This record gives sequence, C-alpha cells and structure tokens, in this order.
Amino acid sequence: MRLALGALAALAAVTIGAAGAHAGPDEDKLVVDGVEIATEAPAPEGHPLDKLYSGWRFRTDETQALQMDDFENPAMVAVEYGIELWGKPAGASGKSCADCHGDVSELAGLRAVMPKWSEAAGRPLTMEQWINWSIETHQEAEPWKWESQEMLGMTALIGLQSRGMPVAPDMSGGMAEWQERGKEIYYTRMGQLDFACATCHEANTGYMLRADHLSQGQSNGFPTYRLKWQNIGSLHRRLEGCVKDARAEPWKPGSDEFVALEAYLATRGAGLMIETPSVRQ
Amino acid sequence: MNLTRRGAIALAFGAGAATMLPLRTWAATNNAEELIAAFTGGAATTEGGVTIGAPEIAENGNTVPVDVSAEGATAILIVAAGNPNAGVAEITFGPLAARSAAATRVRLAGTQDLVAVARMADGSYARASRNVKVTIGGCGG
Amino acid sequence: MAAVKPRVKVPSKASAGETITVKTLISHPMESGQRKDKDGNVIPRKIINTFAATFEGEEVIRIKVEPAVSANPYFEFDMKVPGTGTLAFAWTDDDGTVYTEDKKIEVA
Repeated sequence: MRLALGALAALAAVTIGAAGAHAGPDEDKLVVDGVEIATEAPAPEGHPLDKLYSGWRFRTDETQALQMDDFENPAMVAVEYGIELWGKPAGASGKSCADCHGDVSELAGLRAVMPKWSEAAGRPLTMEQWINWSIETHQEAEPWKWESQEMLGMTALIGLQSRGMPVAPDMSGGMAEWQERGKEIYYTRMGQLDFACATCHEANTGYMLRADHLSQGQSNGFPTYRLKWQNIGSLHRRLEGCVKDARAEPWKPGSDEFVALEAYLATRGAGLMIETPSVRQ
Repeated sequence: MNLTRRGAIALAFGAGAATMLPLRTWAATNNAEELIAAFTGGAATTEGGVTIGAPEIAENGNTVPVDVSAEGATAILIVAAGNPNAGVAEITFGPLAARSAAATRVRLAGTQDLVAVARMADGSYARASRNVKVTIGGCGG
Repeated sequence: MAAVKPRVKVPSKASAGETITVKTLISHPMESGQRKDKDGNVIPRKIINTFAATFEGEEVIRIKVEPAVSANPYFEFDMKVPGTGTLAFAWTDDDGTVYTEDKKIEVA
C-alpha cells in the first residue's frame, strides 16, 4: 500500500509540474455595472507573494463576465432572498434583523474585517457565527445551518454591503494567535497527495493544475457562486473541497481549524477588495 | 497491492501522460439526430445561416453560456450531441421578437458539439454546430 | 430552500418600435432526473419545462426547456416594443406550478 501512495504522490507531482506553462493572472478589469473594483493590491510587508491578485483574474472571460453584471450574477438570487429575510420577524422576540440594525447598508464594512474578535465569546467569530449569535440571542430563534440557503442569502447580502472595500483583518483581542494557528494549517502538508494549501496557492499559483488555473486562493469573494456547485457556497465549503482534493480528511465547516484558516487567509488577502458575491468556476 | 516500485512509478507517469492527451470529442451516440429529425420533419438541412456563440473552452460544464441566432428563423432547436439526453431547448420566436436570437446557460456532460437547427420562414432548415471543450479541473472540491 | 423566484430586467421606458434587450433569471435547481441521492435512488426530475414572454397577448418568445439548461435558468432575448403595455413572463414547472412576473413598458 505504501508504494501505491507513493505512486499517487508521484502522479500529483507529474500533473502539477508537467502541465507547464505559467500563465499568471490576466490583465482584465473588473467593472460591475460601471463601477470598477480593483482586483490586485500590493502585498503587505512580509507577505510571501510579490503582489496580491483576486481569483477573478485567473478565470476565463466567460466566467468573469458573470460577475460584471449584477443581473447576470446568479448569486444575486441569494442576495434577494437575504433582503426578504432581513425584514422578516422571527423567533420569540418577533423581531426582524431590520428592527435592530435598520437598513442593511448600516453593516457596510463588516465583511471586510471578518472573522472578527468577540470579547464575549473569547474567540473570533465568522460572519455565519455572528449571524447565528444574533439570531439566538436577539431574535430568540433557531440558528441557521452553515450551508443553508438562509445563511448564504444573509452572508451574501451583508457581504455585498462591503463590496469594493479593502480586506482589513481584525487584529484585536486574541486574533494574532488564531491567525498563527491558521498559518500552521496553511503550510502543513496533508492527505495522500501530501499537499499543503501553499503547494498550490503559493508555490504554484499561476500554473495549471490539469485544467485549473491556480489562483492565490484568496477569500475576498466569498460567499461565491460556483459554476460547479450551480449554487452559492461558503468559504468553508470551498476549504472542505480543497482538503478533500488533497485526499485528506476535511474539517467541518465552522470548525476551529477552518475559522483559524479563514482568519489567516484574511491576512494573506489584506488590501484586496471585497467582491462578495463573486462568481467562480 | 502487488505493485513493484518501478511498476508504481511507470503507472504514475502513464496516468500523468494520459491527462495531457487532447480532450476527446464525443461521438453523437444519443438521441440528437432523432430530435433534429422530429424538429425538421425529416427535411434536409443546409449549413450556414445559424450562429452559435459559446466558449471554445468551458471552465465548468455545469454552466456554459450559449447564444444562438438565425436571421429570419421562426424557431431554433438546440441539442447537445454528447449529453446523455441531447435536448437543450427549442425556441419559438413570436411576432414581437426583434431578432431570431436568444441566450441561455447550459449543462454539458463533456467535450462535445452543440448543434443548432433553425426553421426558416420559408419552411427550409439551416444547421450549424460548434465544439465546446469542457475541462476536467484538477480541483474537484 | 429559498422559494422559486423570478427576476427580470426590462427597461421601463422605450420609444415606439424600439428594440430592447430583456434578461430573465429564475431561482430553480433544475433537478435533471439524472442524479442519485446518497442511498442510490434516482432524484426525480423537476425542472422549469417552458418559458414564455407575451406582450399584451402577443407572443415574443417561447422556449421549451430540457434538463440540460443550467440551474437558475437564464434567458435573454430582444423584443420590439410596439407601444405602451405589459410584458408578461411565465415559467412552467414540472409540478404544474406557473411562476409569473409582469413588467410595464411605457412608450413616450
């Protein structure tokens, strides 16, 4: 069996290496309904990459086009559902999100600093976890499942309010420790293919992994409508897929490991613009 | 497992090489021709007069943007020659359609030909096809 | 699951005889009937099988839709606006439900 695993690793090395041509990001400009959103940013100090690029720059023209028109962007269906939920009373309190928060635009900027330190919880919370905390504490309603259409609609709607704002990782409380933990995961090789996140998204970004043009694995567009999923999905769903691709046992969406990884990814994408809800392949 | 080290390495390189072969074009083994015959009533089709717009290479087969147009057509049938079921859409243009053209997004099970057949106002039929390569990504996740 | 919801993009004003581009999208999983659940049972087909747009009773476009159309079906077409009136859209589901949406177009 050992040898068979060796063969798999060799196969992985061959497919990643032999596919060859380094194409890098393209030079296209992301303009959504007339408003340009920058898709590159200077790398923060100490960053392992020279320059930061949004995953949008690694996609084909057809996939890119779907994100350039808010009507054609299929993720906007989720946003509309989010708007409906925003105004809908729920739970024992009989309150809607709007009753406390007013217009959803009041939450502009929030997505850009996620995951954010919670003093009360003594840990960082992702957007999903903040939403559920508010649902349970203030609405006194049942929390939503991580990958439910309700949760995706709400994270897409709140995220959209920060579109075009730069990723600005929260550094308060104990964030540094969680970011460090995420960094450890990012560089840990795992699974039968013995891949770390960095294998594809740092060492081989810009190269082709078979037919996939490897991006920097940035998180600025999530939740994203993925053509493969034919639906909108969370960052943790994507991370779960990545770990499975390395043929490792994935953590669960919402697990401390993925929250830590999300916190670290925010530091790797600091300065890139939020594109929520983006469209990817 | 009964693999020698050399055998395992050869296997790995063999698999690697296989992934670099050009993508196969699927032969039409589905009901594409039956659907076309039902649409045309068996009438002959001529080439030209119909345009299919689609990416040469689709990043994912689940959502491939496709547009068709045929000046003067009253209806256009779109079939996917390599899907388990060939039917995609049959578009009928009413008197208020400004052009005999429409766009949608389709599912393609693999690299294959998209075929469009237009029914012209004079009862003749025109046909066009376009190959779309559907890539198998490295990142299944 | 979010409710099935149509979205349409139609200019609200046009001049007589003008050609306008109409974009439509409806949130729908377009279950193809080809997939199996985790117990190996075929998930029954449930798709939008027909889309139609009519302006004051006159047809603009009608599309017979097959399972090969992607989830959240998107249709785009051009129409000629004869005068002020209402553009009516209808999406027919396999279960018999007809989802509708109306848009008024003013001709100045």
